[in-house]
This record gives sequence, structure tokens and C-alpha cells, in this order.
Amino acid sequence: MTKTILEMRSITKTFPGVKALSDVNLDVREGEIHAICGENGAGKSTLMKVLSGVYPSGSYEGQIIYRGEEQHFKSISDSEHKGIVIIHQELALVPLLSIAENIFLGNEQAKNGVIDWDETRDGARKLLKMVGLNEDPDTLITNIGVGKQQLVEIAKALSKQVQLLILDEPTASLSEKDSQALLDLLLEFKKQGITSIIISHKLNEISRIADRVTVIRDGRAIETMNTEDITEDRIITSMVGRALNDRYPPRTPKVGDVVLEVKNWNVFHPQHRERQIIRDVNINLRKGEVVGIAGLMGSGRTEFAMSLFGKSYGQKISGEVFINGKKVDTSTVDKSIRNGIAYATEDRKTYGLNLIDHIKHNTTIANLMGVSRWGVIDDLAELDAANDYRKKTNIRSSSVYQVVGNLSGGNQQKVVLSKWLYANPDVLILDEPTRGIDVGAKYEIYTIINQLASQGKAILVISSEMPELLGITDRLYVMNEGRIVGEMPTSDASQEKIMRSIVRAEGKAS
Amino acid sequence: MTTETAPTGTGSAAQPAQAHELTLIGALRANMRDYGLLLALILIMLFFQYFTNGVLFKPVNLTNIILQNSYIIVMALGMLLVIVAGHIDLSVGSVSGFIGALAAMLMVGWDLPPELAFLANPIVAGAICLLAGAVIGAAQGYLIAYYKIPAFIVTLAGMLIFKGLSLAILAGKSVGPFPAEFQMLSAGFIPDLIGPITMPWLAENGQNVVLHSTTMVIAILAIVGMIFFAIRGRARRIARGYDVEPFSLFVIKNVVIAALVLFFAYMLASYRGLPNVLVVMGVLIAFFVFMTKRLTFGRRIYALGGNLKAAALSGIKTERTTFYIFAIMGALAALAGMIYAARLNSATPKAGQGLELDVIAAVFIGGASALGGVGQVAGAVIGAFIMGVMNNGMSIMGVNIDWQQMIKGVVLLAAVFFDLYNKNRSA
Repeated sequence: MTKTILEMRSITKTFPGVKALSDVNLDVREGEIHAICGENGAGKSTLMKVLSGVYPSGSYEGQIIYRGEEQHFKSISDSEHKGIVIIHQELALVPLLSIAENIFLGNEQAKNGVIDWDETRDGARKLLKMVGLNEDPDTLITNIGVGKQQLVEIAKALSKQVQLLILDEPTASLSEKDSQALLDLLLEFKKQGITSIIISHKLNEISRIADRVTVIRDGRAIETMNTEDITEDRIITSMVGRALNDRYPPRTPKVGDVVLEVKNWNVFHPQHRERQIIRDVNINLRKGEVVGIAGLMGSGRTEFAMSLFGKSYGQKISGEVFINGKKVDTSTVDKSIRNGIAYATEDRKTYGLNLIDHIKHNTTIANLMGVSRWGVIDDLAELDAANDYRKKTNIRSSSVYQVVGNLSGGNQQKVVLSKWLYANPDVLILDEPTRGIDVGAKYEIYTIINQLASQGKAILVISSEMPELLGITDRLYVMNEGRIVGEMPTSDASQEKIMRSIVRAEGKAS
Repeated sequence: MTTETAPTGTGSAAQPAQAHELTLIGALRANMRDYGLLLALILIMLFFQYFTNGVLFKPVNLTNIILQNSYIIVMALGMLLVIVAGHIDLSVGSVSGFIGALAAMLMVGWDLPPELAFLANPIVAGAICLLAGAVIGAAQGYLIAYYKIPAFIVTLAGMLIFKGLSLAILAGKSVGPFPAEFQMLSAGFIPDLIGPITMPWLAENGQNVVLHSTTMVIAILAIVGMIFFAIRGRARRIARGYDVEPFSLFVIKNVVIAALVLFFAYMLASYRGLPNVLVVMGVLIAFFVFMTKRLTFGRRIYALGGNLKAAALSGIKTERTTFYIFAIMGALAALAGMIYAARLNSATPKAGQGLELDVIAAVFIGGASALGGVGQVAGAVIGAFIMGVMNNGMSIMGVNIDWQQMIKGVVLLAAVFFDLYNKNRSA
């Protein structure tokens, strides 16, 4: 297990105006799980794109030596031919084709261009068994969850005789359970001699499965550590280039009167009228308070928030919403915003931002009234507002005219926050506010949340990362299968306690 | 027509004292697309000026180009909104033909009973036609916005339906001529209130140049107004501490635009002055520029075209906005149909057919994105003129219609290719 399978030497990749990678060295040993971590924009994905031929040989400097030979990959198919398969963060599956069709996409089991369906299904079944997915190969991708889709991607990689598997943030959108299953699978592959490179933000996962870790910062490989030396603190220090004594900013809550009160909230599934998604939820939020909703994936947290925000999810919604003691109508998004509720979505690219437009327009879009009179926008007032919030949320960009699609994840999230801050709500619902963003940017977002609370806003945070909820909130609700199954002050809470409320509720339900 | 300069560089509300100018090159580069399109139009015009032996820039021909393309430009304004919103409208040609037919039947074709005779009054009939167009657009928009039927399908159906309806109400015949008042819409020129000016020192071949003075006065007023607003806007930006384009570029840009406006006004004035339809077009173009740049309604169109779901979750009433866009498109198609009918002085069953393709091509040449969210009114108007000048120039040169079609196709493809190439290079 000391043989080197891959060596990347002095890789330098320059984009117009930016040096994305400078003189990066990476060596991966046969049969190991090698983790790569670093802040967003550090160059991890770029390095993997160089390796897999997305950036063809010649567009970068340096050498790639794989199995003792120097390689010049001109395209992905070149690298796949050698058994190097990359699974991107955004899954590359066709939703309306079946599992079997997706597994063999571009690699169809065919003779003279005629697909042999029996062989396709048999092959798919075999591969599904290897990844531990118990689904009919004819099931459409759209009908299975994200976790299972990830497994289909891996099965697809296996069908290509993979020897070096690269996973770019494979667990970013998976639930705790699915993530565990995936990590176990990687350990299983390791036993079979498949080498893996895993890019991940989740430090606990890295310390659990990786043999070695390479940290990349600002386009440079900072260091490579062995398992025994891996600690979260050490990785973080190396990633951000400074010691992060505390991952969460200190918080001294000043809690006032109740601002938001939701009573007897019930929601049914948008397609299946009989399926109740949210059952009798009662919650309240106080001025200056940061409240979290903990729960597993699929517990109904996002559905609850979206149904509250202008009935953006579900049907047959019943229940009452009170703002500052007054009953309000939240039946449309517009009315919700006008009544002082804002909801920042968990999926900023699909639901949060106009990626082809610039920061200025994205900042003001939820509150155009604020910069216009009689429907006429005052450019300069708008520019002032955008600059003001760019500063307040510390967005790193050349100006407010930078197109949002070109910003890093953390900065995009700050634009989402700017947009909702500019709408000046009393209640701000943040759904997974730090998903997919790096440690440094997370800290900044937490700081903004703290500032908002101290200005008297009531903030509801939905997060799948329990340490985050424990680190930044004052009070927690625990949600499971559409019900609130627990409520506790954060000072009393722990991960075990949260899990216990969930498990106890499961026991009751069955 | 002005090409608005996208402001670039940093501006900070907190440091109002730090206004400064951008470099000339930087400002040019940032607005290359806008200038490039205008430059392309000018080059195409010069090309045809040369190859038509100077016919293109004859006053009578320039007037003709405007009259020939007015209905395309009117519809391109609405189509720009439709395409920015991420939709398409294939029915506009047929709808404009149908409205032309309706106008003809109201004013000439139908024997209205005496108590309904007032409907034949050109103004009343015109109003009815505009309303009918808006209702047609609204009906299609309703299906698209609220029932989520793809616009391609709804308007394809609309295209067939209104093609059939024009045939039906005209009973397959051409109907005309129109009353003189109605013809004025396309054939008329604004009256010369001040009286002609003879300019003997410009005499060509012993023929005096006689200028339509009111046209010149309007042009000069327009230039003064434009420069006033440009200077005021610049001063306001500087006062608030924001970056502005370099003074040299500011001066050059305004001088060039003023010179172009003066030149074209002079050309029109030495023929018969401003055509009525150009006045209508000018007002509409100005309003649509204002709508897309400054009205919240316009901003919402870009937002929903850029990301429909995000727009909905930002409190934008996406359905209602889409509905209005199609209603506006319908009204503009009606106006275009009347301009077209007034120009031909009769309504024919074939009128308007295929116009939708010219309109859509104009918008895409003008830089709009087929995916929605991107596009400018000025671009669509220049795009329409590029197509119009090419039609006109090639016809004068005697290029066959088959070649004309092919060349126009290549130009459309080249324009979009150039756009994407530029975008990829800058990304």
C-alpha cells in the first residue's frame, strides 16, 4: 500500500487574470482514500478538472503521472479510459431516464448500435448490488431520492472499470444516514483496491474515512497529513491560514417580546392530497432571538418554512400566523414580505438568485418599492442601497455590477442575505444558510446573523448541521415527520439530546 | 436612439468625495456590445451606400426604410419583453394581419347599420382594433401565465387561428381602400407649421434643397433635451460620489449621437419631413426604453426571465406580469397591423404572414438571449434596422429574393454566434 498511483507535479493553471493553481503537487497512493480540503475557491475543483481532462492537456503547466506514465488527457473520455472517473457535485443524471439507462449512458450495452436491454438490466442489477442500492433498474431517476441518485452515479463509475474514483463533495446534499452509507461504501471499495479522492467540506467525514489529507489554500497545496495527525482543528488552521479558536462568534442574546407566532399549522403534499406533511405545528419567535429547527432530512423543516412563506409549498394549508400579536395574511409571497417575513432558500442557485444579473439588481428585487416612486426606479437610490448592503454583508466583488453567477458560494449567500435584509423583515427564516460554503465565509454569516438579532430581528435557522445549530442559536425546536417533537434552550441542548427526541418520537409513531 | 452606458467600476455611498473617471479603454470595453451593434448598422449602411451608388442615403429612400420597417420595430418592442421573459410569440404576424382585416371591415367592408355607423370612424375603429389586439394577447397570455401551457404552443395555435380568421372575415378578398384619415397613419407626414426653408447654397444640379423646418426644430429640441439629461445625470452621479465614464468619451458619444440625429433629420427634412409613423415609433421606443430601464414592471420582467422561481420567491407576481406582457404584445401587434394595412391601403388575407420571424430575428440580432433575462430595447430596434437596411439595400442592388433570404439567415446566425463567442471569451 505504498505504491504511488498518481502523481501531479507542479501543476499551474491560469485563467485570464487569475492564477487558480500555482505549483501544486499531489501524490496519491494506491488503495488509499485521499481527502482534499480547502476553502471555496481555493482550487480543489480546478485541480480535479485538470486531472480528469476537463481542462485539456496543454491548458495548464506541470505533469500528471498515472501508474508510472506521464498522461496527456485531452478530454474526460481519455481519463475515463484509464479508469479515472470523476463524480461532480451537481449530479450528471438524466431525470426522465431509468437507472439502467443512466448507468450505461454513453457506454450503452449494444451491438451495432442496437441496445441489448437484457444485458443492460442485468449489468445494472449487478452494479446496483455492489453499491448496495435495492431498486429496480427500470425506475426513473426522478423517482428516487438524492442519496440513491448519488449511488447510481457511483454504479455508473463502477461500470467504467474505475480505478481512481474522484468525488466532489459527495455528501453535500445527503442526509446524515445516506452520508454514512456512502462513506461506508467508500471504505468497502478501499478493501477492493479502488483508490478514491474525496473533496469535502465536512471535516468529521474526512477524519473518519481518509488515510491522508491534502489541504489547498489560495491555489497552493499547503500540506499533506497522515490519518493519525488529522484533527479538525489542524485542518481548519491549515485551511484558513490562521487558528480559528472558535468556529462560532460569541453571542449575548437580548431577547424581547414575541414577534412571530404560528398556531396549528397543517400542510398537505402538493400532489398527493391525502399525505399530510406538516402536522399541528406551533412555534414562536421573540425579538432578538435566534431559534433553530433541528431534524433529519425529510423531517419537513423546509416544507414548513416554505408553506409559511406565501404558501410556496403544499396545499390545503391551515393554521394562523401572528406578527406582533396581530393576525396576518401570508397567502402570497408578496403579502408575507409586506407583513415582515423573509425566507432565504436552501438552494440559492435555483430559488434564490438571478445568476445572470448583477449584485445591484439582485439586492433590490424583493423590495423595489424601497427604491422607486410610482413604479419608477431611482437608479442612484438603488445604487446607494446595493453598495450599502454589499458593505454590510461584506460581499467580496469588484463592484455591485459583478454578475452574481461569477461569485463564490459564500459571496452568493451574502447576496441572498443582502436581498432579504434590504426587504427589512421582522422575521428572517434562513434555510441552510451555510450549505456548501467554506469555514471562513460561514463565520462571517454567523456574525451577520448575530448582528441582525442584536438589531431586534427574530431569526429562524434551519440547518442539517447540528453543531452549527448548537453554536449559533438561543433556542431549538426539533422536528420529525412534520411534527415538533421537542423544544429546548440551546444551553441545555446537545447532539445526543436532539437525536433522543427524534428517536423517541419515531418510537411513538410506530 | 441612445445606447445607455452601463456604469462600471466601484462606487461607494460612504465615500462621496471619491468620484473619479474610468479610463477610456475600460469604458469602451465595458460597453463594446452596445457600440458594436450600432457600429455594425452604420457599416452596413455605408456598405450599401457604396454598392447602391448612393441611392441608400437619398432622402426619399431613408424615408422609405423607416416606413417599410415601422411595423417590424413596433412589434419588436413587445417581442423584446416576451423574449426577455423567457417566452416567444409566434402569433404576432397573423394577429397583425387579422387586425388589419378587422380595421378594413369596420371602416370599409361591413355595411354597418346607422346606429353602429360611428364604428367606421377611423379613430373609433383604430381604438377598437387596439383593444381587440390587447384582448387577443391577453387571452393567449392567460393560458401561458396561469395554465402554464408553453408559449410556443399557445402562440403557434394562435398563429393558425388568426390566419384562418383573417381569411374568414375578408372572405378571401382584399378589402380597401381605407379612408384618407386612416391612410395618414402610414402615408402621412407631420405638417410644417413653420414653413419650408429654401437653402440655395446647397443646391444640387440646379435644384434647390427645400427643408421641412418643423422637422429640424423638433430634431434640435430632441438633441438639446438629450444633452440636458445626459449632463444632469452625469452631474448627479458625480455629486453622489459614483464613477462616471471619461469626459472625453462622454463628449464624443453625445456629439456623435447629436450629429447622427441631425444628419437623419436633415435627410428627412429635405424630403417631406417626419413621417407620422416615425413620431409614433419614437414615442413608443422612448417609452419602452424607460420601461425596461426604470420602471419596476420592466425590472420584474428581467428578474422572472433570469430565474422564474427566484422571482416568485422574491414576491414578484410572475403570472400577472407574464399576462401583461402578452397583452402588451397583442396591442403592439394590432398597431403594427394597422400601420401595415394603412401602408398597403388595403387589407389582404396574406397580410402579416411570416412577419413574426422578422420580428423575432430582429430581437435576437439585437442581443437578446433565447433563454430569457437578457436583451435591450435599443438592441432590438437596431436589430430591426439592420434587417431593414439589408432588405432595402439588396433590393436596390437587384439581389434576388432567394439570395436575400439566405444572406439574412447568415447574418442572424453570425450575430448570435458573435455574441456567444464574446461572452465565452469574457467568461
